[in-house]
Amino acid sequence: MAAVTHEQLHGHHPGPTGLMRWITTTNHKDIGTMYMIFSFIMFLSGGVMALTIRAELFQPGLQVVQPEFFNQLTTMHGLVMVFGAIMPAFVGFANWMIPLMIGASDMAFARMNNWSFWLLPPAAVLLLGSFFVPGGASAAGWTLYAPLSVQMGMGMDLAIFAIHIMGISSIMGAINIVVTVLNMRAPGMTLMKMPLFCWTWLITAYLLIAVMPVLAGAVTMILTDRHFGTSFFNAAGGGDPVMYQHIFWFFGHPEVYIMILPAFGIVSQIIPAFARKPLFGYASMVYATASIAILSFAVWAHHMFATGMPAAGQLFFMYATMLIAVPTGVKVFNWVATMWRGAMTFETPMLWATGFIFVFTMGGFTGLICAIAPIDIQVQDTYYVVAHFHYVLVAGSLFALFAGAYYWLPKWTGHMPSEGLGKLHFWCSIVFFNITFFPMHFLGLAGMPRRIPDYALQFADFNAMASIGAFGFGLSQLIFLVVVVKCVRGGERAAARAWEGAEGLEWTVPSPAPHHTFEEAPIVR
Amino acid sequence: MSQTTAVRGFDHYFVPEPSKYPIFGSAALLLFGAGSALWLNDVASGPWLFFAGVAILIYMLFGWFGQVVRESESGQYGRRVGLSFRWSMGWFIFSEVMFFAAFFGALFYARVLSVPWLASGDNAALLWQGFSSAWPTSGPYTPSGAEPFTPMGAWGIPAINTLILLTSGVTLTWAHHGLLGNRRGQLKLGLFATIVLGAVFIGLQAYEYGHAYADLNLRLDSGIYGSTFYLLTGFHGLHVTIGAIMLAVMLFRVLAGHFSPQHHFGFEAAAWYWHFVDVVWLILFIVVYWL
Repeated sequence: MAAVTHEQLHGHHPGPTGLMRWITTTNHKDIGTMYMIFSFIMFLSGGVMALTIRAELFQPGLQVVQPEFFNQLTTMHGLVMVFGAIMPAFVGFANWMIPLMIGASDMAFARMNNWSFWLLPPAAVLLLGSFFVPGGASAAGWTLYAPLSVQMGMGMDLAIFAIHIMGISSIMGAINIVVTVLNMRAPGMTLMKMPLFCWTWLITAYLLIAVMPVLAGAVTMILTDRHFGTSFFNAAGGGDPVMYQHIFWFFGHPEVYIMILPAFGIVSQIIPAFARKPLFGYASMVYATASIAILSFAVWAHHMFATGMPAAGQLFFMYATMLIAVPTGVKVFNWVATMWRGAMTFETPMLWATGFIFVFTMGGFTGLICAIAPIDIQVQDTYYVVAHFHYVLVAGSLFALFAGAYYWLPKWTGHMPSEGLGKLHFWCSIVFFNITFFPMHFLGLAGMPRRIPDYALQFADFNAMASIGAFGFGLSQLIFLVVVVKCVRGGERAAARAWEGAEGLEWTVPSPAPHHTFEEAPIVR
Repeated sequence: MSQTTAVRGFDHYFVPEPSKYPIFGSAALLLFGAGSALWLNDVASGPWLFFAGVAILIYMLFGWFGQVVRESESGQYGRRVGLSFRWSMGWFIFSEVMFFAAFFGALFYARVLSVPWLASGDNAALLWQGFSSAWPTSGPYTPSGAEPFTPMGAWGIPAINTLILLTSGVTLTWAHHGLLGNRRGQLKLGLFATIVLGAVFIGLQAYEYGHAYADLNLRLDSGIYGSTFYLLTGFHGLHVTIGAIMLAVMLFRVLAGHFSPQHHFGFEAAAWYWHFVDVVWLILFIVVYWL
């Protein structure tokens, strides 16, 4: 009833149609959808690079690519996955779900929201286009360490400008999310009643606003060192290449929490729904998230133990890093305690969420091992580190993204995703994921360095195993594409509350969610 | 848990119609980025793409902000939209603070860590004998033919500039009081004086750069001192320029009769930004010029 009167009052004109609808839209659901489609395309692009890397590493010797191109692939795989796939996917979730969860009519700045998204395709063009310029793409690793990054060709400049544009997009998106959460909540939706996903995104957005400008500063210094004769990272001029690492990781460590805190939020929505119990320790979850964010500013140099620093510095960064295990442990405990004596069922979203807890926790433990300075000296720059961060980024961020996608697909499309295919996707992913990355622990401990196209013979078996797993994992992701396409086209109609135990405002609106929701704010009691 | 009824005192939040401006902004930054990369690598098409990007960006800024001003003046923004704008400007300035923090961090790192390291231990014994860690420095290795530089003193133009910016903060606050008290003359005069002071500041900075290049041999490639000096003062000067343009826009809007004592977020945002560049200058003056 209210909706009809509202249409009459404000007269929503039919906006542009076709492609122009998507280019000019100010609707948070349209923009969220575009974010997710973009991130999936980037995920597949970065995945093709990863599979090329794994094809080359299937056997010792050089078979598929030349070493220079191999380095470009490792660099671009990292940049594309971090800035193109994982981060935009979470922003897509934020766009779709935060207004629905807090009872807002849209994001606080709907036009700017459009620009935040539409800056990403130009950045992707610059980044991926850099493969085709003389000298090829940047090959300095995704961290773009000086002096390598000071020496390369035009591909490096394109990467720098792409990072600037993605940074502008991230900062605008983050400001939008902070303001939406702080200012757009429905009456009665106090901060401590807010769904945890909104809390984790509020804190993530704060981290983004704090550190993306620092990355912009770091790559700007590289740019001026490259072209304008400055000496920030040149010891002959009184600068220091190590300074780049400090500035980069001051951005880089909060960045890894930017990629995992929203994942925590998604999992914290799903587990209560399928355990049919409220989240255990809601307040402690909020405080743990905030603690992780604050601590993240004081741990950056644990990425640089082998670079050289005073023993006091090593000790400080080692202990500060281990401290992060406390709030993270609180979270894992709370998820398990939420399940304790719950009426549990294991539909696809719950499978992904529980899988997330198992595998992400393993990545957390290897993180603790890497945090120990004397051990890190041994394992740094080996496949052990590669195993560690893929356990937290793939099994952490990506699995949570899949969990969230299966959980909210009914709300987005109005149809239930296929349980059979969803479960197949999950089991293939988790099995092939472990086949790919578990052997990398052994490779790293045995001393195989990362970012090399060729290796000694004793590493051959585990590398072959990892490559087989990688191709299995990559092909498994096509199942997801099938699930989504089928779900958009049809399937079992989803009820407003698509899952029996799901709680929250987003389940009070019909499925699929109408184009405009909560134009009159609901009252939350 | 909830019901969909209108709540008293909870105003309808303005959601804009579909807009063509963001895609122009994206095209502008694509051309700007690609053009810059090509130009820096001496590809002939670079400058063309670069300036095309800048032109489109200017068109986009005029169009977009113009639309926002019209929407604001036609009273479409309620109280909560105003609050959103204030939050967002605060967070935007915080992001700017962090951008400058990266460059200040580089300065402190060089002065406290990297330069002393270069002049001590094995570096001093084996690599660069006789290199002193005294600041300012252009580093231990100077290419042959490069003349030593003279650092920029604090008590000439920089001190005058400090006075100018501090005064401009006062005139701007005076103008704001005029706006709040609905004394439009005071508002116009204060705003005009602030813009003039800003322009004088930028002029003096430009003169100082010329002096540094011509007489002091202090250049962008004068080692870590030149790098930090020019990047910090350069980005600050850029921000002063942006701030002065914002204030100039506000002056035109005042002359066009915009703003009321209750409703003047645009002016407030420009004023916040101006005070932010003021504070950055004070830190700059102390750690770059003085100490």
